[in-house]
Amino acid sequence: MKDQEFEHLPSQFGMVSRRDFLKFCTMAAATMGLPMGMGIRMAEAVAAAKRPPVIWLSGQECTGCTETLLRSTHPTVEHLILDLISVDYHEALSVPAGHLAEEAKKQSIKENKGKFILVTEGSIPTKDGGVYCMVAGRPVLEIVRETAPYAAAIIAIGSCAAWGGIPSSAPNPTGAVSTQEALGDKYKVINIPGCPPNPYNFLSTVLYVVTFNKLPELDEKNRPLFAYRRLIHEGCERRPHFDAGRFALEFDDEGHRRGWCLYKLGCKGPVTYNNCPAVLFGDVGARSWPVGTGCPCFGCSEKEVAFTEPIPAMASLKFVEPSPALTGAGAESRPGGRVLRLTPPKTFAPIEAPRGAGPSAATVGVLAGLAGAALGAGAVAASRLGKGKETEASAETKKED
Amino acid sequence: MGLSRRNFLKAAAGSGLLAASQLSPVPVLAREPKTRLPEALGILYDATLCIGCKACMTACKEYNNLPADPSSPEGLWDDPLDLSARTYNIVKLYTSGTGKTKDQEADGYSFIRRFCMHCVDPACTSACPVKALSKDPITGIVKYNKDLCIGCRYCQIACPFNVPKFQWDTPFPEIKKCQLCDHRIKRGSYSACCEFCPNGASLFGEVQALRKEAKRRLSLPPGSQATFPIHRLDTGEYRYASVGHYFPKVYGEVDGGGTQVLLMAGVPFQKLGLPDLPPESTASHSETLMHTLYKGMIGPYVLFAGLFYLVYRNTTKKDLP
Repeated sequence: MKDQEFEHLPSQFGMVSRRDFLKFCTMAAATMGLPMGMGIRMAEAVAAAKRPPVIWLSGQECTGCTETLLRSTHPTVEHLILDLISVDYHEALSVPAGHLAEEAKKQSIKENKGKFILVTEGSIPTKDGGVYCMVAGRPVLEIVRETAPYAAAIIAIGSCAAWGGIPSSAPNPTGAVSTQEALGDKYKVINIPGCPPNPYNFLSTVLYVVTFNKLPELDEKNRPLFAYRRLIHEGCERRPHFDAGRFALEFDDEGHRRGWCLYKLGCKGPVTYNNCPAVLFGDVGARSWPVGTGCPCFGCSEKEVAFTEPIPAMASLKFVEPSPALTGAGAESRPGGRVLRLTPPKTFAPIEAPRGAGPSAATVGVLAGLAGAALGAGAVAASRLGKGKETEASAETKKED
Repeated sequence: MGLSRRNFLKAAAGSGLLAASQLSPVPVLAREPKTRLPEALGILYDATLCIGCKACMTACKEYNNLPADPSSPEGLWDDPLDLSARTYNIVKLYTSGTGKTKDQEADGYSFIRRFCMHCVDPACTSACPVKALSKDPITGIVKYNKDLCIGCRYCQIACPFNVPKFQWDTPFPEIKKCQLCDHRIKRGSYSACCEFCPNGASLFGEVQALRKEAKRRLSLPPGSQATFPIHRLDTGEYRYASVGHYFPKVYGEVDGGGTQVLLMAGVPFQKLGLPDLPPESTASHSETLMHTLYKGMIGPYVLFAGLFYLVYRNTTKKDLP
């Protein structure tokens, strides 16, 4: 792509410089583990005349996922985000309100049939016909169900949209379900769970879909593998303390001040798949993620962990297994990953320590022969005990003679 | 000289007596089997809780000042293959088939920690000719005194668990084995392996209480959630975990006369490399044999009587002065 082709960017993106724009795309490519050249391809796709339209539907949510998106800072805050993806409908961010906003949504869906990206934020109530969350006089359940068939891709952002989240916790008075459950198996929903999820996981997924026109690689819970392949426990900066058995036992104790492992304070890192330790939050540098600041992970992005298990309960270590190289277990079947998960220690001693082959048959034969000869000689000597003197004595008498 | 009928009968009767004294169907017990000391200390290791993190191995090395042991074929820095003079404590891995399910015999895997079992009636102290290895009369810890040791290595041969190890690479070698962090217990602390076990797989405490805890675990329904004490039994610190599918036995309760280290696992213990021992200790067997042979000096008398007879038979009147 030639430099001149970027010259129209300022008019398109407002205050964003060409340099900042390329930096953002490269960052997104790096988050997904794509080669550096992919940043340029993403820039090309985004700088194309028509920006990907996004319809953002909100259910039972707290707007935290929107807030996290607004706090992505590569390169600048909201300008690029709102212009990069053309958000045609978003209840919190749209300039128009009321009937005007609804009209804009209808217009956009009509114009971009099969091209727009549908994003759902928040869980969807189903009890009593979904009356517990109404937008423009209609239940969100209905709105999502009628919009989904026209979308190119459906992304559920946040744990509420992906699993049901807080609203679906027991006793679940509104019958809240995830987007996937509300839509049924006919649709494939990309889940970006988290409370809130990292904005780069969302943006990278959108850019991937726009650039390559296909969905990124997903795990069995429909989460993009680039972000949810590894356990938090694996990438955690406090992991060496876990391996060495150094634990903070309560908040502000000696271990906690020294940055030891938070497992015993209820950290759910060993059961949670996410890239928090690698990508961090808020672009403010090292340790800017919950465990880094001394707060145990509560498994926000994991179904049936967050909002289900008690926060101080110690996590199960079921995913912390010996390496498949050693046990021969198939790496494909393990949750969240088809790559070898580097969970040290990798090697264990076998039950029976290897030993030498022992003496050969020939050695045994020779030794047995010698032992037999010695035994026989001993027996003969014993039976002749006292006899020797007699012969000696007779020899002596002969000499004297 | 021909063997007369009389001589033959005499020899047959003598050897019969000798044999009978050793092979008697009801051996005379030289001593009563040793019983558990009331305040004995021990460790309960539960393989179903173990995650194989080797924190116990690291802590053991650190608190016993042990050097690294790069004995594995991979040549990693500290990756021992078995117990050695540099390794008092090791986490081993049992696998079978696909090795996917934890604590399952077929197509499963299980960890097992191996270290000194601190027997109730230790074979090593029985075999030691100089009391370099001794059992503490209160805590029951099997301790080693390097100043008494003569380096005979009888303890190595005697131990049914293959635990005592000899320093082959030093000019003044010692026997090396776990002493339950005796030096830490004296300071009011406890075994490092239990202090650093994150999951309560290794639990320190008085053996009588540990036995009760083990029985409690066996009585819990598998798969249910239960509390499991961690680090040591008497502090009341615990965690929640789901109950594993236990092999219905607490190894070391009676095996080999009982041990102060108790083991629990989901896989039969013979698969985990633990010997199938009778409820009587090896020490009581060997001591019974020895004490029977030498009881009232009968054995030596019979032997020397036999030798005397042979000499007498072969002595003619000419030999007499």
